[in-house]
Amino acid sequence: MSNAQASDAGVISADGVPLKVSLARALRRQKIRALMLIAPLLIFVVISFIAPIADMLFRSVENSIVPDTLPKTVVALQEWDPASNEAPGEAIYAAMHADLVIAAEQKIHTRVGQRLNYEAPGVSSLFRKTGRRVDRMEPGNYKEQFLAIDKDWGNVEIWRTIHRFSGNYTSGYFLSAADAELTPDGIELVPENERIYLTLFVRTLVLSFTITLTCALLGYPIAFLLSNLPMRTSNMLLILVLLPFWTSLLVRTSSWIVLLQQQGVINDLLVSIGILDDQNRLELMYNQIGTIIAMTHILLPFMILPLYSVMKTISPSYVRAAKSLGANDWTAFWKIYFPNSIPGIGAGAILVFILSIGYYITPELVGGTSGIFISNRIAYHISSSLNWGLAAALGVILLALILVFYWLYDKIVGIDNVSLG
Amino acid sequence: MKSMYTLATAAAALMAMSSAQAEDMTIVSWGGAYSASQQAAYHDPYMKLNPDVNIINDESSNEAVAKMRAMAEAGNITWDVVDVVAADAIRLCDEGLAIEIDPDKDLAPAPDGTPASEDFGELLVSPCYIPQIVYSTTFGYRTDVAEWGGKEPEDLCAVFDTETFPGKRSLEKRPINNVEWALLCDGVAPDKIYDVLSTDAGVEQALAKLATIRDDVIWWSAGAETPQRLADGEAVIGSTYNGRLFSVIEEQKQPVKMLWDWQVFDLDGWIVPAGLPEDRLKRAMDYIYFATDTQRLADQAKYISYGPARKSSAPLVGKHAELGIEMAPHMPTDPNNAKNTLLYNYEWWADNRDDLDAKFQAWLAQ
Amino acid sequence: MDKDDYIVRFENVQKSYDGETLVVKNFNIDIERGEFLTMLGPSGSGKTTCLMMLAGFEPATNGEIYLNGSPINNVPPHKRGIGMVFQNYALFPHMSVAENLAFPLKVRGMSKSDSEAKVKRALGMVRLDEFGGRRPGQLSGGQQQRVAVARALVFEPDLVLMDEPLGALDKNLREEMQFEIKHIHESLGVSVVYVTHDQSEALTMSNRIAVFNDGVVQQLAAPEVLYEKPENAFVAQFIGENNKLTGKVTAIDGDIAQVTLDGGGDKVAALAVKCGGVGEKSQLSIRPERVILGDEDVPNKMSGKVVELIYLGDHIRCRMEVGDSSEFIVKVANSHAHAALKVGEVTPIGWVTEDCRALDVL
Repeated sequence: MSNAQASDAGVISADGVPLKVSLARALRRQKIRALMLIAPLLIFVVISFIAPIADMLFRSVENSIVPDTLPKTVVALQEWDPASNEAPGEAIYAAMHADLVIAAEQKIHTRVGQRLNYEAPGVSSLFRKTGRRVDRMEPGNYKEQFLAIDKDWGNVEIWRTIHRFSGNYTSGYFLSAADAELTPDGIELVPENERIYLTLFVRTLVLSFTITLTCALLGYPIAFLLSNLPMRTSNMLLILVLLPFWTSLLVRTSSWIVLLQQQGVINDLLVSIGILDDQNRLELMYNQIGTIIAMTHILLPFMILPLYSVMKTISPSYVRAAKSLGANDWTAFWKIYFPNSIPGIGAGAILVFILSIGYYITPELVGGTSGIFISNRIAYHISSSLNWGLAAALGVILLALILVFYWLYDKIVGIDNVSLG
Repeated sequence: MKSMYTLATAAAALMAMSSAQAEDMTIVSWGGAYSASQQAAYHDPYMKLNPDVNIINDESSNEAVAKMRAMAEAGNITWDVVDVVAADAIRLCDEGLAIEIDPDKDLAPAPDGTPASEDFGELLVSPCYIPQIVYSTTFGYRTDVAEWGGKEPEDLCAVFDTETFPGKRSLEKRPINNVEWALLCDGVAPDKIYDVLSTDAGVEQALAKLATIRDDVIWWSAGAETPQRLADGEAVIGSTYNGRLFSVIEEQKQPVKMLWDWQVFDLDGWIVPAGLPEDRLKRAMDYIYFATDTQRLADQAKYISYGPARKSSAPLVGKHAELGIEMAPHMPTDPNNAKNTLLYNYEWWADNRDDLDAKFQAWLAQ
Repeated sequence: MDKDDYIVRFENVQKSYDGETLVVKNFNIDIERGEFLTMLGPSGSGKTTCLMMLAGFEPATNGEIYLNGSPINNVPPHKRGIGMVFQNYALFPHMSVAENLAFPLKVRGMSKSDSEAKVKRALGMVRLDEFGGRRPGQLSGGQQQRVAVARALVFEPDLVLMDEPLGALDKNLREEMQFEIKHIHESLGVSVVYVTHDQSEALTMSNRIAVFNDGVVQQLAAPEVLYEKPENAFVAQFIGENNKLTGKVTAIDGDIAQVTLDGGGDKVAALAVKCGGVGEKSQLSIRPERVILGDEDVPNKMSGKVVELIYLGDHIRCRMEVGDSSEFIVKVANSHAHAALKVGEVTPIGWVTEDCRALDVL
């Protein structure tokens, strides 16, 4: 009888509550306590990491400034056919007037001018100029009055731009980031003399790969040496590896300039020992070589440290075992030691690659024109041109590229095959 | 200079400690010798007169626009007075991030009673902007280049003449100034430059002229790079701010000379961020009133070779505070130096900067 | 005997790491073909160093090591053809069990089919036929151990070195593996040099044991000899349980030494093994199971006070105060005769002279 009841309603605990409910309650309490323990970290991650990324994603498509500042114009422009080669009619100029009067009062007309200037050069000053006089316009005959302020108000291209960017969201930034633009005929690549971002993306990836490779080639023997030396010596050498971290990035980069420039230490040395002719000094910087050398130096510790900590865990008995089984030094290294150090190479390579993709100060200083990265353009749009939407779109593409590479890495090498020791 | 500046800061900090009720005022500027000249000419005298104010220096001017936009978005304005170049001031004003100034109400008149708007004259390029100094971007060259056979550049176009004056050039990695100079040396009349540049063909023409020396150019992005390259012999001729060249020539005594021909005037000055609380705004305006009067602007020229923005300050410019040399001949505005000049065209560049920059960068990346 | 009859010979081998102290002092040994020789000693006694010199991972500082009659001081490890089982097995974690076993065959250039057959046979030998495809990390400790043994044997070396191979296993598994290794040794006829600090392991498995201490071989002998006839106090103490009594030699008559015990002055007769001359100190060694409890007719008679009794089923461990020692252990058979032993009781004890050995003082 009681058995039959239990199987119907589930097992009942001592206080009459079903056992499942009691268990869930007990577990929930535990979960809440665990959650509270990690809460500070969680909040920190959300505020400092997830929120900025979400904000960046949003900014790369956000365009509400145009419909918010010019609400009447945006509505009125829907009547206008952008394919027609005629400027819009009086009604639209009247709407623009009404919008600009309010905007000029709030001093936000220049902002929308800035926004549209990214798409059509000249709009910025057009809006600034017009905003100064818009409250002095007579009612009626707005088109004439606008044209009197600047004949550009009769330019169809300007109206097409406003029409094209009148939505709350835009693909314009992403198109610009891919060297493309939206024309009445659809999406087209910008003229060849304005294409830059695709080149820079490719260059950033190629140079980052090269830097990762040189870091691995240089870092591997160092890490190997460190992990095989007695503790005392290796600790001291490890401090030497970490020493560059105690020097500011700018100082390190500047010292490379002193070394690498044409009148620099390395060239002087080569000339003085007669390897080089004074007229044919090597160009070791203000090009890709400079970027690769300086960045390799700066990022080398990020390769050495994970490699070292992984190599530290490779028992010397593996190599001994291999030798006792008949393998010579090279075979023992290549077949036994090296495969076991791959997780360290993987971790170091991911660190170096991701860091180098985002570097811009060093390439800016030593990269000349051929050694700069996409991040230099992002920095330019963040701090100089203030085109944050474009910067965000470039950042999103860069993030997506990194995720693609991460996925590829997982497919080819396997992400389990990464270890920091 | 640097140690002077440190000392001054330390002294200021001590003073701040002694006056218990001192209020902090954050002033943003460029750092280095320029901040030091402001410290000596403006900050120290101001704090002496107003012991209840403690000025804190922030060296963020090169990223001021981006930071001010971020501050405004976050609703937390931590800066009180910001030193920016005119182009940035126009941008900040356009974005509504800086407050508008009424020169005749907010600024001191000249000693003879001339209102500030007249004293500054056409240099008031934006309603938000109070210029301090006129600086110029111009060329310096080494005087000891063997290949030049004793010749020295006499005009701007020597920069483009790699036959007579072989060697590396150091140019700024942006189109501004470079395209104007290129067109000037490609036969375009000075008053037609921006008309030409407004067409695609004009931009092509400028870039084509620059392409003739492209293999000889090392591009710079920080003002300190050209002086360093000239001193190292890495470049034989290069553009930078005239004050940087002054210190290479007069302070470091390097074999370098100025080529003032077709120097481009630009302005550096103050803006006050929008959205300051009442008490801080009042203090900021009080500081601005003091720091931009005729005597103060003339004082700054004792420490750095930039010309004061007020007409009334020019006669008061004296000798360098340490070197003891007359500063007037080193001012970009000195008639001997200002035979051929360009004034940075703020309006045109505000409209075309992004577009031209894209073209310029694409050209560089080719 | 000619040195070719031995598989391994150490001749006056010395080893120093720092040039100041010798870790191995003048080591000499001949290891016979097919022999199971154990190097036993506390940690730091030099036994592992000797093994590493033999394997080729450490160079001898002085002296010569011969393998199959030829000197090998200048032969690199991979050319010595010696199988080795490491303390933590050293199985290659990135290879499957079968790949681990095939490794020595592959580096020798063996064809794939031959190699596969041998790997299969070796896996069968250690009863792991089903595990060839697994990674070492997926095996239990005992299984890993067996793979390590199979890997060291798969290329059919004449000599296998084992460096504390069972140290990481629990007691039951260790005992099981001891028999398994012993069995493999016997069926293959391979020579084994085995290093351990566990004396019971050494006693179970070895033909001969070299007891190391302080870089010197204290005694090299078969297990029963080591136990029954330790040559010095260290071996007596290290191998098995031992009662020690200290005293002074008063007379030596042939093999027999007369010793007066410290603290009490009892006189005892013992085999004069390594006790020096008359008047010198000596340590007497008597195995606990050789002490006779009760008033029996034996040459050496004393009395002891029972301090502690531990019931162990088949026998009782009785700790007593005898002479100046309060750690004198007697193993009492659990028979009717001794069932009435009580703590605090003073009881007569004794032993025959041959069971008591007069040794040096440590």
